[in-house]
Amino acid sequence: MEAISVITGQMAPLPRANVDTDAIIPKQFLKRVERSGFGPFLFYEWAYDEEGELIEDFILNQPAYAAAKVLVSGPNFGSGSSREHAPWSIEDRGFAAVIAPSFADIFHNNCINIGLLPVVLTDDEVARLTQIAEDPDNLVTIDLEDQTVTAVGFDASFDIDPFAKHRLANGLDNIALALEHADAIASYESTRAPHKPAL
Amino acid sequence: MTAPRTMYEKIWTDHVVRDGGGNEPDLLYIDLHLVHEVTSPQAFEALELTNRKVRRPDLTLATVDHGVPTEGRALGIKDPLSKKQIETLVDNCRNNGIELYDISDIRQGIVHVIGPEQGITQPGMTIVCGDSHTSTHGAFGALAFGIGTSEVEHVLATQSLPQSRPKSMAVNVNGELATGVTAKDVILGIITRIGVAGGTGYVIEYRGTAIVALSMAGRMTICNMSIEAGARAGMIAPDETTFEYLRGRNQAPTGDDWDTAVEYWKSLPSDPGATFDIEIDIDAAELAPYVSWGTNPAQTVSVTGAVPSPTEFDDPLERDAAERALVYMDLEAGTPIEEIPVDRIFLGSCTNGRIEDLRVGAKLLEGKTIHPDVHAMVVPGSGLVKLQAEEEGLDIIFKNAGFEWREPGCSMCLGMNPDILMPGERCASTSNRNFEGRQGRNGRTHLVSPEMAVAAAVAGHFVDVREWK
Ligand code: SF4
Repeated sequence: MEAISVITGQMAPLPRANVDTDAIIPKQFLKRVERSGFGPFLFYEWAYDEEGELIEDFILNQPAYAAAKVLVSGPNFGSGSSREHAPWSIEDRGFAAVIAPSFADIFHNNCINIGLLPVVLTDDEVARLTQIAEDPDNLVTIDLEDQTVTAVGFDASFDIDPFAKHRLANGLDNIALALEHADAIASYESTRAPHKPAL
Repeated sequence: MTAPRTMYEKIWTDHVVRDGGGNEPDLLYIDLHLVHEVTSPQAFEALELTNRKVRRPDLTLATVDHGVPTEGRALGIKDPLSKKQIETLVDNCRNNGIELYDISDIRQGIVHVIGPEQGITQPGMTIVCGDSHTSTHGAFGALAFGIGTSEVEHVLATQSLPQSRPKSMAVNVNGELATGVTAKDVILGIITRIGVAGGTGYVIEYRGTAIVALSMAGRMTICNMSIEAGARAGMIAPDETTFEYLRGRNQAPTGDDWDTAVEYWKSLPSDPGATFDIEIDIDAAELAPYVSWGTNPAQTVSVTGAVPSPTEFDDPLERDAAERALVYMDLEAGTPIEEIPVDRIFLGSCTNGRIEDLRVGAKLLEGKTIHPDVHAMVVPGSGLVKLQAEEEGLDIIFKNAGFEWREPGCSMCLGMNPDILMPGERCASTSNRNFEGRQGRNGRTHLVSPEMAVAAAVAGHFVDVREWK
């Protein structure tokens, strides 16, 4: 996982509530056993029609937004299934952060775990950013250290769990962190009640 | 005297391997890790790349469910990608010593059906799976939640997971449910009231006389859909109903261990006076059979109601969502729910694919045939559910009525296998999600109880099962 400090880039506005993981990456693309290569299928059913033709006015298909790095969307983003394929596909498409008024829990955890920065701003701030993003020339800057989001005529700060921030800022591997406590895990196991099932 | 604690606090505390001290997440021990073919291959691959081993294969159980075909299994799996994904799980389980209920195993089935069925889902446990409906297992008084693939890898490697403490919510459902109002209607009613994000950041404990009166199957249906309200987990206190369900199951404790276990299980329910961050009260008598009309599970009304107008929603994003939903669902505001015709019926899934669901469906269906324009199928939740149903002759009732009788799996709940809706088809489904495209591109899903699905199959449109004969 790469360390994150400052992200600057174009925004792609997707002002919808409850964007679910089935919309982010439909099930027919979950059959792959590889970790990468999900980007082309991002929002597939909004991006392509039933004949597989590109829907040109979908935001991510507009050439003006081809360089987008920050997705700006509505509340409860990433609701639904636990598929990590959802943040993988967003990341694989070139995004480094998602800004929304709220995120679904599992999706949010998955983002932190893969190093895709989830940024929570207020409804009002997200609405203003969405407007600013209507001009594809307007860039946004997210500073993780300072916890700020800035764009032309826009300045906001955001909260983030301090430990999540620490991990993102240093690109830390959770498993390595847990294995530092291998002794504690082993000692917990030695006291586990015998009536608990094991196969 | 310690302060009164909720069940969730007790289970959490019992599993802390390392206290994060508030600045860091706690490291929680995981008692059971359920694994399926879709969310695990990248985790196993990453383990291999980092030279890490599966720490506790004996606390890990795998099955194939999402991508398996539900007919023509003797011919093998036609879809080459699904085939490879399933073979990958077979290899990973063999290489790591993990027990797998493979496609030819009678115990194979939906991951959230097999755990309880085998008695390996027990009160007081922490249970995870790379699947959001892991909340199902909370029906036993376990702390059970869905995780992503990075976390699957984490649990495989360490049998533990760093977790920040969610908040607690009590949903109290008191009173008696009317005949024809089921556990499915209770949870749809709850989601409609608190919204699809109402539970975000919370563990919900369902309480009250209407919950206590439910069978384990009903309790599982409720906990299953906790995630549809955005909750981290859902749980119900274990009681005699729970113990009776578990007694004698394959993996349930026996002899002295059983007594010790029951004693421990009895210590789990929330103490009197324990406080929750939020409490919500619902009068069971106010609940009705529900039908979802939109593209999220909170877009649901009573069967006696009508499709709402977007103008009824104050919030602009909600209004916009309702507008989009009506277009997608091809419905007009004001249409009575009972006038909506259906093309397909899906009876199955981890929400309503258990033997009890099949029994109520078959009972209602006896002596009837489905509407000629309807295509209906039953997909049992597991091989053992299917076997039991066949022993009881339920398959005959379904088949005589015109239903297809399939092999176990997730099937049209998400349509990763060949069971999908065609564009424009409208389905009464006992599953849990009515998202756009969930059951097939441009397919239209209406979430209902098994009773409501069967009645719609016969009538060809939704009917109020309370008055249906
Ligand atoms: S039945 Fe549906 S919800 Fe349940 S595990 Fe399978 S796909 Fe997920």
